[in-house]
Amino acid sequence: MITEKEIAEEKTERKLVVPGELIVSGDYLPGDFTRKEGNDIIANRYGLAEISGRFVKIIPVSGVYEPRRGNTVIGRVNDINFSGWIIDIGGPYSAFLSIMESPRFINKMNLDEFASVGDVLDLKINTVKKGGIDLTLKSKGLGKLDGGRLIKINPHKVPRVIGRGGSMINLIKEKTRTDITVGQNGFIWINGDLEGEKKAEEAVNLIAQEATTEGLTDKIEKFLGGKDKWEVH
Amino acid sequence: MAYTKRLDGRKFDELRPIKAEVGVIPNADGSALFAFGETLVIAAVYGPRPLHPAHMQEPDRGIIRCEYNMLPFSVSERARPGPSRRSKEISMITANALSSIVDLTRFPGTVIDVQILIIQANASTRCAGINAASMALAHAGIVMKELVSSVSIGKIDDKIVVDVDKKEEDYSDGEGSTDIPFTLTSRSKSIVHLQLDGKIPLKRFKEAFLAAKTACEKILKYQERALKGEKINEN
Repeated sequence: MITEKEIAEEKTERKLVVPGELIVSGDYLPGDFTRKEGNDIIANRYGLAEISGRFVKIIPVSGVYEPRRGNTVIGRVNDINFSGWIIDIGGPYSAFLSIMESPRFINKMNLDEFASVGDVLDLKINTVKKGGIDLTLKSKGLGKLDGGRLIKINPHKVPRVIGRGGSMINLIKEKTRTDITVGQNGFIWINGDLEGEKKAEEAVNLIAQEATTEGLTDKIEKFLGGKDKWEVH
Repeated sequence: MAYTKRLDGRKFDELRPIKAEVGVIPNADGSALFAFGETLVIAAVYGPRPLHPAHMQEPDRGIIRCEYNMLPFSVSERARPGPSRRSKEISMITANALSSIVDLTRFPGTVIDVQILIIQANASTRCAGINAASMALAHAGIVMKELVSSVSIGKIDDKIVVDVDKKEEDYSDGEGSTDIPFTLTSRSKSIVHLQLDGKIPLKRFKEAFLAAKTACEKILKYQERALKGEKINEN
């Protein structure tokens, strides 16, 4: 629970709450993942409670990916049917990429010429409906990701992997000389030489593991630093 | 001889030493460990995720699919692996108890898989399993009204005891033993699961319910502490 004193002192420090826990009592409005019982604001989910003005909300720290329209995600082809590809993007539902949404002409009889089962694609979520999720490739930078490796982390840790203004991800790219694409669903594609891919994967997993620690960029820099084997002799 | 002192020296309203921790299974979306003394249980939660076969899907809500499993080495005589009549029943009552606190309408047609593994058993395994599952669900970021806590209350001879162990369960002197597992929600204190093995007069049952209420309150404190990052080990 967050006390009156802490609010008065404007300690907007976020507090970890569990479902059913009383967050705050008084004249407040329930926001994301909270509910009101009388004068009490109760948590509906495990996460960090935050009060801004009269508004109380919970910032999730765990859980599966929740698809949103416009998100850029990475997916793996699960199946092919006559009108498109069925793609696993993690989360509660599998997604569909229609043949109409591909950027170039594809022969209906040979869908697997473009992408076959197991291939990795960089996609955008077009619509999220009750029946499922529709994807598109019609946007800048989207398409098939050849080679490399696909790793999965918790989607709530993606902002940390990217860092402020992409600082963290650029650091990893630079130090390991790899090409990295991060999907908002927590799927991360890494392409480079074997050593670099390995190192980058370790770095990403380290960030996901210690997402709550401060000064993480320095720590990762140290982790990636050490001997610079990439120097040209 | 009447039951004046508990076999393991505990007070009548005392729980066994508790262990509680979350995040014990890295590959799961949420996981937890819970132990009453020698009864040690882990639970893993996966999902919400697509449900197959499709005929099990509910168009207006998700479902909870629960699997309670006693590992072969968890008891002194090797348990035959795989589902048994007993474990199927416990899986069902656990799923029912958890369904009443989870918001299943958020992702229709999906499933939340709850795996409960009994690593070591010394009675009260279903209660430890529900406690672990409740923590694991919260840890998996599932939207839920509140947590649940579970405890088994016993009537051993004529005494009401909290957190029954194997020796007490097998006690046969005097009035014998009755085992009543209770599961209560953390906020509204409503009963979401109740079983009774043995017999008990209504008056004593009320006493047992009050004992369950206080015990669940204590257990909830452990669950909350574990979810907030503490590793609890009273052993």
